[in-house]
Amino acid sequence: MYAQMIKTDAKRVRGLEEMAPEEQAFQKRVDAGDKIEPKDWMPEAYRKTLIRQIGQHAHSEIVGQLPEGNWITRAPTLARKTILLAKVQDEAGHGLYLYCAAETLGASRDELIEKLHDGSMKYSSIFNYPTLTWADIGAVGWLVDGAAIMNQVPLQRTSFGPYSRAMVRICKEESFHQRQGYEIMMKMANGTPEQREMAQDALNRFWYPSLMMFGPSDKESVHSAQSMAWKIKINSNDELRQKFVDQTAPQAEFLGLKIPDENLTWNEAKAGYDFSEPDWQEFHDVLAGNGPCNKERLGARVKAWDDGAWFRDGLMAHAEKAEARKSASLMAAE
Amino acid sequence: MSKEWPLWEVFIRGQHGLNHRHVGSLHAPDAEMAIKNARDVYTRRNEGVSIWVVKSADIAASSPSDKGPLFEPANAKVYRHPTFYDIPDDVGHM
Repeated sequence: MYAQMIKTDAKRVRGLEEMAPEEQAFQKRVDAGDKIEPKDWMPEAYRKTLIRQIGQHAHSEIVGQLPEGNWITRAPTLARKTILLAKVQDEAGHGLYLYCAAETLGASRDELIEKLHDGSMKYSSIFNYPTLTWADIGAVGWLVDGAAIMNQVPLQRTSFGPYSRAMVRICKEESFHQRQGYEIMMKMANGTPEQREMAQDALNRFWYPSLMMFGPSDKESVHSAQSMAWKIKINSNDELRQKFVDQTAPQAEFLGLKIPDENLTWNEAKAGYDFSEPDWQEFHDVLAGNGPCNKERLGARVKAWDDGAWFRDGLMAHAEKAEARKSASLMAAE
Repeated sequence: MSKEWPLWEVFIRGQHGLNHRHVGSLHAPDAEMAIKNARDVYTRRNEGVSIWVVKSADIAASSPSDKGPLFEPANAKVYRHPTFYDIPDDVGHM
């Protein structure tokens, strides 16, 4: 999903026989489930695709702090406030684990940030939607983190070592994110009529954008096929979306809330739900920069970077001065 | 873009009695901030009693392409393992 629309330079997936010896050895290691580490030989396209995918995953975590950060000062209780603070702090940590993993491939942090700011690297489409009520914080935890978990759990087995280890760390921390969101939904769905209505409204607005997180169907996509051969993508978009609906529909039923889809029905033959596809035109519009909050989100990130320049530069100058003082006093002592 | 903070590798000792283990990396202007940042990024859930930070530039590493010859001496020395020795059961635990 952070690989929404990622291109791999592949025109088709090649077989082992078509590869040069180095790439063959590499592909055999991937097929055997070995981890590729930063200094190991890897195809240039693998390196580039990973930098983009891991980088965009990191950007998504950092930008993802914004819609929830919006409600920290307005959480209804102290407990909810501290929980939301902890979640947002976790997202910062997740972004940092992922930036570091991307940097092991030769990308610099400044470069990755620059590309986010100039629009050449993206973040997950979902974070371009607003959080309009407190119930949205519940819906985000339940549905958005729920969708993220669906994607992240299999990625723990991804071929690139630092990415895989970052995913293991992230998965351990992610499940409280979903549980706190669902708890908010339970509280509101079982509360006053106004609270219940607010919870239903949040579900109505976040359902289809959450389905979009998995990306459009990639049955025909050569990029998806190449990413799967490299084990940087483990399941197809459709597979994950189906699993998400199958898991979430009973959760909505338990809340007594209605998923805004007239076509949502259990299909005995496939042992899963039939459901309506989201509006893919909306998805492409949002990725192109025309979602409700794109300008606000990127604006907030650019401002944070620009406003923080004195802090970064000041600390660096202080560190350099201290280092110079130390070596001067060492030389004086000789 | 202004000058980037240097990269540091972070090692955390989980509990007393365990080794420090490599958990990842982060950028910081100096060692003091690196430790503070490591505390915030890598020990949010009580994962550590001790933090080491080392500038990434100071780490010397073996080259993956040397792996074969570098570790070859250990390959054929099966007699370093206890299972190589056939001690009868009658002797008792050994």
